[in-house]
Amino acid sequence: MGAAHNSVPITYTSGEQVEVYRFSIPVTIGVPLLALFIQAFVPLRFPRFAVYVDLPLLVTIFFAMARRNPISGLLTGAAVGLAQDMLGHNPIGIYGIAKTVVGYGASSLGVKLDVENAGARFLVTLGFYLVHSAVYFTVARGMVNMTQHWDWLSGILAGLMNAILGVMLYFLLDKFKQRT
Amino acid sequence: MDVFGRYKNLIILVGVLFLQLLGLAMQVKRSTTETQDTRLIRIWAVGAITPFERALVWMQSGTGNIWHNYFYLRGVRAENRQLKEQIEHMRLEQVRLSEDATQARRLQTLLAFKEQYIAKTVAAQVIGSSGSDLSRVIYIDKGENAGLKRDMAVITADGIVGKILTVYPNVSQVLLISDQSSGVGAILEKSRLQGVLRGTPSGEIVLERVMSDETVPAGETLLTSGGDQIFPKGLPVGTVSHVGLGKELFLEIKVKPAADLSKLEEVLVLVEKRERDAVADDTHTRAADILAQRLPSVPEKPADAKPGEVKPADAKSVGGVAAGATTGTPGVKPSTQPKLGPPKNDATTQSAASKPTTIVGSPAAPTPGQVKPTSLNPAAPSHITPATGSITEIPPKRVSQNKAGTSNPAEPNATKPAPVRQNTANQNSTKPSTPSAPPDGSGPQ
Repeated sequence: MGAAHNSVPITYTSGEQVEVYRFSIPVTIGVPLLALFIQAFVPLRFPRFAVYVDLPLLVTIFFAMARRNPISGLLTGAAVGLAQDMLGHNPIGIYGIAKTVVGYGASSLGVKLDVENAGARFLVTLGFYLVHSAVYFTVARGMVNMTQHWDWLSGILAGLMNAILGVMLYFLLDKFKQRT
Repeated sequence: MDVFGRYKNLIILVGVLFLQLLGLAMQVKRSTTETQDTRLIRIWAVGAITPFERALVWMQSGTGNIWHNYFYLRGVRAENRQLKEQIEHMRLEQVRLSEDATQARRLQTLLAFKEQYIAKTVAAQVIGSSGSDLSRVIYIDKGENAGLKRDMAVITADGIVGKILTVYPNVSQVLLISDQSSGVGAILEKSRLQGVLRGTPSGEIVLERVMSDETVPAGETLLTSGGDQIFPKGLPVGTVSHVGLGKELFLEIKVKPAADLSKLEEVLVLVEKRERDAVADDTHTRAADILAQRLPSVPEKPADAKPGEVKPADAKSVGGVAAGATTGTPGVKPSTQPKLGPPKNDATTQSAASKPTTIVGSPAAPTPGQVKPTSLNPAAPSHITPATGSITEIPPKRVSQNKAGTSNPAEPNATKPAPVRQNTANQNSTKPSTPSAPPDGSGPQ
């Protein structure tokens, strides 16, 4: 019975089950804050960092996939995205909406797939980066009337960079996982 | 209830998205640029992040300072020497430019222009950014407590940076000129074409609203026009890097910013601008004046010297300064004859030694420390008027600075004829002043 709470069955792999993790409160609050801090600070020294790396997105994907709970994932995404919006000058909610969708999607996918290996993590991160960019582009252009240009090349390049960085980051953050 | 349980995740997702869309719509409806409605929410994020950024910047600069100031001093002497030479050149250049500025101010006076000048600035350190390439803002470590307000201009020594968008107690958010919501009034330095400087989504800066039938060469300098009421007129913006045809009969002019927006560390916030009527300021320091102060000149007068008496050596010294300053060679006799009386417009051979003279009395009764004009070198007395006719020596303090004056014969300022000034008898000609300085003496910082 306890196993039922600690793991969820993988739909497409018959009897196999994936584990559900939780995180301590300091990690839950500290890691997203640290990601926001690095995201805001590093571009002062390396301006292209902000163009190609989205650390808050990587953190959102990681927490969502590890917890495997859609509600928890979307709330984490919303909180991280809104905080990221607050640091900028654009209307609050654009990153919030994009990361809410990503958080929900990543946690839903985490329930159905084993995303513990590097290859799966790479693909999931690349895919969700593009989803994130698409949602952001749609909201920013459609609702806020911001001038946006969609560039597939730079989008995929940034996605690849985030995916590589994400794989390394996830292995680092794995150390904070706690079994339920 | 069963439906809610089955679609709980989806319903919550839709609810959260709906709330965010609602909030977004409300912000967009009110204003896309006004951030005051969300100030309370933003202050949480800023308050959570900026203390760490401030601490990190402080530690970083502290470590860097210790290393650079106490350990890594290689080449400092050579650099110091080089900088001193640079200062010498820049001083002369400054005086030459102030000459031009004074002339421009006279013209402005005639046209009853009003001018703005920077009265007070606050230095601030850059501690963070938005972390997004879609929101090009930076955070500085000064806020309301330092007297900062919204829409104040932010600059560096190289050029403009942006304007303050949001002010918090100890932190301010600065909108960079490369952001797409930014707009700055700008003017091309030579062609005097005006336009609006805007950022693009990719972070480039373009000058808009210049008609396509105009000719704009690449490399031309761009200055602020003052039309935006944020930046004072004449601050460097950047240089034209590319010119092409744009939309709707306008040119597409890409601009390379003068200030490196990607590597900002310290900035200046213009907290006070003043506007005043342009006033012609005749009490400026000329290039010749500065040269005269720097040339080897009059030694201190012996205590037993009689009033009004000048030894030949002294006279030669005074005159020698003049000759040397004018021709670039000490002791060379100038070809121009002395001109007594009010200077005329063609009297462009005023000597460098004319500056240290201060009219203090009449020729009939010279006071101690004064010399008769007739005893001077012919190059010197162009500032002596018949009404006064007496001059004083260069103050010893100034004389002690005369080192490099004769070493710059090729300097344009040394040979550039100084404009003739009227009514010099009533002015203290040794008082240097900056043309852009306000009447109350608080100059630009």
